[in-house]
Amino acid sequence: MDKSLSWREYIITRLVRVSGYSAIIFVILIFFFLLREGLPALVEVPLKDLFSTRWYPIEGNNFGILPLITGSIIVTFGAMLIAIPFGIGTAVFMSEIAPRWMREILKPLVELLGGLPSVVLGFLGILVLSPYLRVLLNLPTGLTALAGALLLGGIAVPTIVSIAEDALDAVPYSYREGAWAMGATRWQTIWRVTLPAARSGVLTAVMLGIGRTIGETMAVMMVTGNAPVLALALTSIFHPVRTMTATIAAEMGEVANGSTHYHVLFFIGLVLFVISMAVNVAASSVVFKSKKRAERVLS
Amino acid sequence: MKKASFSNRDIVQRAGFSLLTLVALVTVIPILAVIAYVIKEGAPAISWEFLTAMPRDGMRAGGILPAIVGTFYLTLGTAVFSVPLGIAAAIYLAEYARDNWLTRLIRIAIINLAGIPSVVYGLFGLGLFVLFLKFGTSILAASLSLSIMTLPVIISASEEALRAVPQAFRTVSISLGGTRWQTIRKIVLPQALPGILTGVILGLERAAGETAPILFTGAAFFLPRLPNSPLDATMALPYHLFVISTQVPEMPIQIQYGTALVLIAFVLGMNIIATVIRSRARAKRQW
Repeated sequence: MDKSLSWREYIITRLVRVSGYSAIIFVILIFFFLLREGLPALVEVPLKDLFSTRWYPIEGNNFGILPLITGSIIVTFGAMLIAIPFGIGTAVFMSEIAPRWMREILKPLVELLGGLPSVVLGFLGILVLSPYLRVLLNLPTGLTALAGALLLGGIAVPTIVSIAEDALDAVPYSYREGAWAMGATRWQTIWRVTLPAARSGVLTAVMLGIGRTIGETMAVMMVTGNAPVLALALTSIFHPVRTMTATIAAEMGEVANGSTHYHVLFFIGLVLFVISMAVNVAASSVVFKSKKRAERVLS
Repeated sequence: MKKASFSNRDIVQRAGFSLLTLVALVTVIPILAVIAYVIKEGAPAISWEFLTAMPRDGMRAGGILPAIVGTFYLTLGTAVFSVPLGIAAAIYLAEYARDNWLTRLIRIAIINLAGIPSVVYGLFGLGLFVLFLKFGTSILAASLSLSIMTLPVIISASEEALRAVPQAFRTVSISLGGTRWQTIRKIVLPQALPGILTGVILGLERAAGETAPILFTGAAFFLPRLPNSPLDATMALPYHLFVISTQVPEMPIQIQYGTALVLIAFVLGMNIIATVIRSRARAKRQW
């Protein structure tokens, strides 16, 4: 065999291998840079102040991130109240009820929603949704946690639909046939056989939907009114809030590199990174466990 | 025989099916409504001048050419970095990797990359590319940040496409004396190409519409000229829409809708191309 060819093959194989490792390298690099720029915040701001309830970084040097965390939680919670029933409902409809042609139309449409830039949704949120909410609910401003939750619900739906639908599709057809043979209606089969069999995949869908929602930035920054107030009551959903992501996006452009404010914003980024990591590891371990269980059952 | 059509459980089923149909409609109709509404409101703003002229009067008049060109450059820059790297990583996972702890670690890393909030990619880009590597706020730094965000999409889609190519293709090529790389390049990659292309376009579509990763790595508030080099900052459609809808007072509403329409057209255009490639390849495929 020609020597140059085997040399080329050797080099290419090496390059392919290094590219394969790139994902690990990037996760480590991201973690490292967040630590490098974020950890100084713990030195510069006493822990007691960092976890206090006042976020006035410019006027008062108050770096309490609790209002931002509660803001993210309330918006995410509201979004999930919308996205979970609608996401799973749509997935069940597409996978179990809709005729084939309807499914072929619905699937690309839901993917389309996943591809719509969130800044466009935020833009319509400002111009259409929030004025409507303000009049409908008689609020002083429509730019509230509720507007954010509604938009984020829409943004999380495609994630939940596509993963939940895959999970439902993966349930063997014979499970359904067995249930029908025993006289169950299609409706009973869906609720008592198909959905329970797909529950780990559906759970993964919900968790990844939550992860997507906590991390969403632009739409939420544009419609939630940007008020860093502690959101603990249920009625907070009708007031302006400020999420962790929106705070970073809104303020990072105006801080001096290396200042305390800069470090605290990176620290918030670190918190977001850890949350998304936890959500994803939990979601993939659910899949992993259920795979193991399936292997046990089948062997 | 019982009269089945009057039994309780049939009524439950009928009600349940209607409810789920309603749920699916309520999910899908707003998507169409959003697109139709932006087209209706934005179409009057679209003119040759709007697409090809510089902004004037503090962006309240004139066109949005620098934002269109900027988004085009950013998408291209993202492709330059993420496409070769993503496809190579997918080749490694589909053709070379053994099922061991390292491969599992790579998969966990890919899942994690896919889940990291977009604004965190912005922070990372600021820390590594803008400040540490001193690229400044530039097309280069922004494209690199977007590339890493796009990578997991390209890797997963390409790996799936590679794995879909039947094993027999590889066996035949190897048995005819082809090396492993020759087999991948001449046999497997061409067969998987439509699937890979679809994944690449969908990944780039997401990058084109993203704002948060470019906020502090390359986006310019207002720049009445086109960028000359990869080290220039640039305007971009999504950031421009954000700016004119929240930061500029007395912005004519028509220009806002027009910008939203151009952005949607850019993104949906890519989406449609991807869908066409996928369905054509499916129709042509013989295995």
